[in-house]
Amino acid sequence: MAPVVHFRAAVALAGRFPALAGVDLSLHQGEVVVVMGPNGAGKTSLLRSCAGLLPVTSGEAVVLGVDLTEDHTSVRRYVGLLGHAAPLYDDLSAAENVRFATRALGLPASSADEALERVALTGRLRSTAAGRLSAGQRRRVALAALVARRPALWLLDEPHAGLDADSRTLLGRLIGEAVADGASVLLSSHEPQLSVPLADRVVAMAGGRVTGEEPGGRRAALSAVPTPRTDAGAVGIHVA
Amino acid sequence: MWHDAVLVAGKDLRIEARARVGLWQVVPFAVLVLVLLAFAIGPDQAALRHAAPGIFWVALLFSTVLAIQRSVAVESGEGTRDGLRLSGIDPAGIFLGKAAAVGLQLLALQLVLWAGMTLLFDVRVHVVWLAVVASLLATVGLACAGVLYGALSAGLRVRDTLLPLLVLPVLAPVLLAGSKAWEASLNGAAASGTQWLKILVPFAVIYLVVGIVLYGPLQEAG
Repeated sequence: MAPVVHFRAAVALAGRFPALAGVDLSLHQGEVVVVMGPNGAGKTSLLRSCAGLLPVTSGEAVVLGVDLTEDHTSVRRYVGLLGHAAPLYDDLSAAENVRFATRALGLPASSADEALERVALTGRLRSTAAGRLSAGQRRRVALAALVARRPALWLLDEPHAGLDADSRTLLGRLIGEAVADGASVLLSSHEPQLSVPLADRVVAMAGGRVTGEEPGGRRAALSAVPTPRTDAGAVGIHVA
Repeated sequence: MWHDAVLVAGKDLRIEARARVGLWQVVPFAVLVLVLLAFAIGPDQAALRHAAPGIFWVALLFSTVLAIQRSVAVESGEGTRDGLRLSGIDPAGIFLGKAAAVGLQLLALQLVLWAGMTLLFDVRVHVVWLAVVASLLATVGLACAGVLYGALSAGLRVRDTLLPLLVLPVLAPVLLAGSKAWEASLNGAAASGTQWLKILVPFAVIYLVVGIVLYGPLQEAG
């Protein structure tokens, strides 16, 4: 089966700066890959390229069968990106934000309501304006919008940031359910203790390149992974 | 495309209804321009009546810039621009939806300005259909051109100051044709007024078509 993400020597520019400087990466259906690395390593750029937001200018880049070097926009409706900032309209309620996301894809309102249930946004929170929600609650609304879209590829950029313990557990459960449904997940993180246990593979990035790879917690026993500190090197990823 | 346009227009209008920026800022600003220009002309009632159409359209044009800035600002929140690009909504639908939302606000504003003009300048529209048609065509042109130039400036840090510089010269034909058509409708000169519709029609059509075609690339470039 063709990989969901296939990058080979992929280069993407952010202005004149090569945000991706020849990335080699593959991700298969039902797989969870965690990308780690220091700030400026290219993790966010990799996720944005996979989402079709940052065009790949050379190399091979195929996501969900779409060649991103030829057409980087049509893949967007099939992926779900949870970025650093929640893409919410402050003057719309949590429920209205999620319904807008689902109606854009022609999905019924019930799929939005179901997603809000799944992220435990109930009662008054649903009708609260997004601008009045806490950062963690906003992230849960954005997560609900992503869940409701049922994307084939989840792209999660430091998804644990700003979440409390319950929400982090919830995120892990949602990722597990998505993978069981056949979705694939590419997740960037600075928090290996939270992300490595979710991963089939952990990939290290530095300078816009993939520099190493190790099995993640779903494949290898967590005890085999050295005690994490803050970045890819800290989780014992072999650096090529 | 039409489904997307309705979705985006509904979203923008709902946001405006909640934020009330139009009601508490754009409308008072338009009325203020109307009053200030009237002050500048002086108490001569004949001069005010003569200048009324121009004052109306200047007030509308300045207020259009505010409405466009607001429309751009709605999508400039952290993450919302990317969110819209990832939403799966056809860029042409986004353009039409945003233009429709701005257009409806401008129509409501024109009703307020019309009432203000009647009260302040004691003018009466004699050829109502001409004034209405001119307003409708101008609204389409103003909204489409405004949203298009709003997209052009959206990604820039200086967009708030740049947008008026970009858009006001572009909208000058609407100011001219709208003023003349309204002057004709106030004077009961329908025949001379219809000549000015010949400027408003192509302006509206050109910016509608150009917006549908170019909004996507501008959104990507922004």
